[in-house]
Amino acid sequence: MLVLIGILIIIAGFLLRFNPLLVIMASALATGLAAGLDIAAIVAAFGKAFNDTRYVSIVWIVLPVIGLLEAYGLQQHARSLIGRMKGATLGRLLTSYLLLRQAMAAVGLTSVAGHPQTVRPLVAPMAEAAAEAKNDALTGDQREEVKAFAAATDNIGLFFGEDIFLAIGSILLMKGVLEGYGYVIEPLHFSLWAIPTAIAAFLIHGLRLRRLEKRMAQKRIGRETGA
Amino acid sequence: MITLGFVYVLAGLTFALFAILGLQDRGNPKRFGNAAFWGLLALSMLAGDYLGDFGNGLLVLALVAIAGTGQIGRAPGGEVAPEVQAERAAKHGPFLLLVALIIPAVALAGTFLFKWVPGLADPKQATLISLALGVLIALAVGMARLKPPALLPLQQGRRLLDAVGWAAILPQMLASLGAVFALAGVGEVVGDLIGTAIPEGSLFGATLAFGLGMALFTMVMGNAFAAFPVMLAAVGMPLLIKQYGGDPAVVAAIGMLAGFCGTLMTPMAANFNLVPAALLELKNPYGVIRAQVGTALPLLAANILFIWLFAF
Repeated sequence: MLVLIGILIIIAGFLLRFNPLLVIMASALATGLAAGLDIAAIVAAFGKAFNDTRYVSIVWIVLPVIGLLEAYGLQQHARSLIGRMKGATLGRLLTSYLLLRQAMAAVGLTSVAGHPQTVRPLVAPMAEAAAEAKNDALTGDQREEVKAFAAATDNIGLFFGEDIFLAIGSILLMKGVLEGYGYVIEPLHFSLWAIPTAIAAFLIHGLRLRRLEKRMAQKRIGRETGA
Repeated sequence: MITLGFVYVLAGLTFALFAILGLQDRGNPKRFGNAAFWGLLALSMLAGDYLGDFGNGLLVLALVAIAGTGQIGRAPGGEVAPEVQAERAAKHGPFLLLVALIIPAVALAGTFLFKWVPGLADPKQATLISLALGVLIALAVGMARLKPPALLPLQQGRRLLDAVGWAAILPQMLASLGAVFALAGVGEVVGDLIGTAIPEGSLFGATLAFGLGMALFTMVMGNAFAAFPVMLAAVGMPLLIKQYGGDPAVVAAIGMLAGFCGTLMTPMAANFNLVPAALLELKNPYGVIRAQVGTALPLLAANILFIWLFAF
């Protein structure tokens, strides 16, 4: 039971808005000590895991390219492109991206799009432009919500598309764990059973995107909190 | 053959250059902290395999000390004026879009190429390696046509990374915390707790506990992968599969997706939820989570229903 102290530290730390890096370290130390490890062993275990998961942080190498393109006006171009397309409403734009992201993830192309690669330089400015096309008085809060939905749409498309792909990590994990219990299951079975949820995710989020479009089209003058 | 090592060297050099450029940014009162932070990350990328486990642990402690005491920060400004951007966009717009699409296009092409043609690159890491190649090609094409000052991409890239700040390593830190949790047996304890909370003899109750447990435990760990083996051992295997005869493929596949609904609702999944908020410069760091809850909750209900309908 004592090892659960790490979870309490994480929850309290996030709620109280301490620096998350400190919270994580404190949680790791407390959990390790509660489990009877000595400090050096905890530090070494954390260091090993940090080194083994470096691939998580390599995505930042795209930033020089994004920085170059943004300095030359990529975001403005993405906006003007949407401005010229008459049928490109906020709902249609993000729903198309949702479908594209799900479809690509379903064939294993998970790292092709993402927050630094596509959301910040393209999808978010396009979504803003599409919202502005219907509402010339978009407030700062509305703008935030549009950008947040652009990021959310990327996540939802990725999560509920990738498990349809046979060779994704989560499917290999499921196969491995079930084999440990003596059930040998072909990856294809897991893939097929991911399809109902993929469809449900598309319908639910697509509906919410339509409602977002309506909400963003309402002018909320007087509720401006700064752009 | 190209391996992930090549990508780590590229990332290490990029972070090292960010550190050096950051040091020269005299307008930033926290430039030394920034340089130390990105410099240590560069060291981790370039030499992490030679530092040893304890050495890497000390490196992490140093990163946490720098960020946790507020030693890193960004200098205001540095972006190109919007009017200049708009003027340049009118001139270069379609070309910029093309270059932006080079990265996903190369990532796509490389992923297939490296899997079909053996010996070029490590097929297990094909996408990450292709992503890095896409970055290099896009940068070369962009530089050749736009002819910007030589350091502009790095300076602008550094500005973007400074806007993200310490959140840039949050995902890696959380993944490492997961490893310590696993070592300490946190999962088993949580699994036992949830296992004892299920009403006896209720199939729907057990399904509900499994789906909710996957989502909740994923929220705590920030990762459905950590939750899956625990919840399967506590509820999925003994009750749903063994006692009620549920189809293991359905229980596992949809259970995992119930976990993904939890991922949408937790700050612990920093790379999906907190990092984009920083990258898009949202005022509310939880803005992305707020946008996702409305999809995650009904979808979680749908998943629990799907297990109940399809597994038995």
